[in-house]
Amino acid sequence: MNFDYNEEQQLLADSVRRFLAKDYGFEARKKIVASAQGYSPQVWATFAQMGLTGLPFPAEFGGFGGGAIDLVNVMEAFGEALVVEPYLPTLMAGRAIARSPLAKSVLPAVIEGRMKLAFAHIEKGARYDLSKISTTARKSGDAWLLQGEKSAVLGAPMADKLVVSARTQNGIELFLVEKERVKALTTLDEMRAAELTLKATKAEPLGGDLELVEEITDFASALACAEAVGAMKFACDTTLEYLKTRKQFGVPIGTFQALQHRMVDMFIAQEQARSMACLACSKVDQSENAKQRARAVSAAKIKIADNARHVSQESVQLHGGMGMSEELKVSHTFRRLTVIAGQFGDADHHLARFAAL
Amino acid sequence: MDLNYSAEEAAFRDEVRAWLSASLPLDLRQKVSSYAHLSKDDLMRWHRILAEKGWVAPAWPKEWGGTGWNLVQRYIFEEELGYAGAPPLIPFGLAMCAPVLLRFGTEAQKQRFLPRIYRGEDFWCQGYSEPGSGSDLASLKTKAVRQKDFYVVNGQKIWTTLAHYADWIFCLVRTDPNTGRRQEGISFLLMDMKAPGVTLRPLVLMDGAHEVNEVFFDDVKVPVENRVHEEGQGWTVAKYLLGYERMNTGRIGESKRQLAKLKEYSSSLKNDLRFRDRLSRLEVELMALEITNLRFLDRMRRTGQPPGADVSMLKIKGTEIQQMLTELMMQATDPAASDDFSVAVRKKYLSMRKTTIYAGSNEIQRNIIAKMTLGL
Repeated sequence: MNFDYNEEQQLLADSVRRFLAKDYGFEARKKIVASAQGYSPQVWATFAQMGLTGLPFPAEFGGFGGGAIDLVNVMEAFGEALVVEPYLPTLMAGRAIARSPLAKSVLPAVIEGRMKLAFAHIEKGARYDLSKISTTARKSGDAWLLQGEKSAVLGAPMADKLVVSARTQNGIELFLVEKERVKALTTLDEMRAAELTLKATKAEPLGGDLELVEEITDFASALACAEAVGAMKFACDTTLEYLKTRKQFGVPIGTFQALQHRMVDMFIAQEQARSMACLACSKVDQSENAKQRARAVSAAKIKIADNARHVSQESVQLHGGMGMSEELKVSHTFRRLTVIAGQFGDADHHLARFAAL
Repeated sequence: MDLNYSAEEAAFRDEVRAWLSASLPLDLRQKVSSYAHLSKDDLMRWHRILAEKGWVAPAWPKEWGGTGWNLVQRYIFEEELGYAGAPPLIPFGLAMCAPVLLRFGTEAQKQRFLPRIYRGEDFWCQGYSEPGSGSDLASLKTKAVRQKDFYVVNGQKIWTTLAHYADWIFCLVRTDPNTGRRQEGISFLLMDMKAPGVTLRPLVLMDGAHEVNEVFFDDVKVPVENRVHEEGQGWTVAKYLLGYERMNTGRIGESKRQLAKLKEYSSSLKNDLRFRDRLSRLEVELMALEITNLRFLDRMRRTGQPPGADVSMLKIKGTEIQQMLTELMMQATDPAASDDFSVAVRKKYLSMRKTTIYAGSNEIQRNIIAKMTLGL
């Protein structure tokens, strides 16, 4: 048992943090969010140079064969900086491709940063139920054609290719689709997504099944937990700073015990969340036991959802009116934490899943 | 990062578990699991079984009977004791008086007291709180006046746990009432409970149990040789102990056992979604605390530094979890039932309210984190 990052993990996280501190400050991020593309191609290229786009992919395709545990620290840094680039969608779709016959032809471009991906699975009305899929795939001659709609596909506007799930006579399978023009929408936390309409859309079969979708979703959930911890860290750090500098009644408001204890509870919530993110990332990497993996991820998602809500709400409250202002990063962190609490299933969903396992 | 125990650590756990399963007497295990009263004999019987095995004081230096286990092994051992449902090891001698003697005691004091603590021949209690000095411990007033080779002690202690079992009490007393800072002028004395002038009054708590007491000192003569560390340095001793005692306040093993029991006991409520969700959230909180506890251990192991002030969160979260476990257990009892176990569960709920108050109330723990960790 040890909680230390190894040298490679530490070096990687250090360089990611240095880069984000220099080139991804709050003002720089604002420009990226406001840009037409909604992400920065230069930032993406840098991620690729650092090896981030290759890290969780097998070495035989040019990746580094890493797991979620290798990304904990990186995802925390992303959460602190509120990175909007479509990293998780690319990893999710990439993990599906990695298990398919197309891995050799597609993954190298992803790993080198030349191709971004999105994972189109969830449909309207399904909420968090991964099995509620009505998009269909049928074979017409040599080609597969998809029919259906996918909702709020994160990262789809900037993706080059999409991994899409659809029903076949075998159940749920995955397909690779060329991205055509989509209408981008901006999410509550300032990322880009799109509604996807598939009308006899040509697709290449990737195979896979619902279990693979669950595995990929658990992997992404674990990483999102680590990202949430980073966002909580920022919320706590900046609130603590505010308590020490903001003066009312002639003294820093951090001298008031009522606020001190609330700050302590935020700090504890962050540490408890970090523990669960570590547990989830560690279990998704040992995926021989799907039940154990799912249990750890759901447990982590429950804790992260509860604590993201607690920390984000308190961070705004303790900032007073300034916490509401768009001019402060803390309000943007609030938005990210609100979304991440429900991403891949909210607390209620995971409470039901946890109890059923 | 690797959250799995190593093969050696897992083997150590197996060894402890196997020994416990063979050596923990069934009647004691049953008493603990049914929340029955544990007599002094019960407590000391278990103490002596562990002493005989050589496992009663793992953290002590080897020459005094310590096991030489590393931090993780000690943690595993304590977790297994809690998980097996062993009677508690009363900490006042083993984990409070002894570490103080080892750090500040004279050779004569160590020789005189440590072997008796180890073998369970002396039962110790702790004389800290006073009627006017609870969270504000440094305001304590019990007075010790030096007269040649003795201190003459007058005053009162309160909430003294198991003083009615005790042979000895270690006390913080004021030896100099005229210092600038209140933390100065306090000394640490070892006092014989059978000495003339020591009297007890039981304080029965709301569960009906007699566990704590008031202790009165009227002209009690304490030989100067029973003072630990310099005169006036009692606060330094108390602070040292504060850092020492806080690695197992989370009581993970004990809570895991309670959780398993609660799940079994509340199985008729498993379709009640409101109950189910409260239970799941509690289980998740405990999972998180276990990892947090291990992270603190790992940090101590890596840095070689004593635990920081932030370990106070283990006490805060650990006691909140312990309380919620008993609360849900009480909720799970049939409201119409009056069998022994249901009654014991309800009394346990009453009793467990003390956990967020004792050993530095959870508000004091938050003050500590706010000041020492967050710099507020």
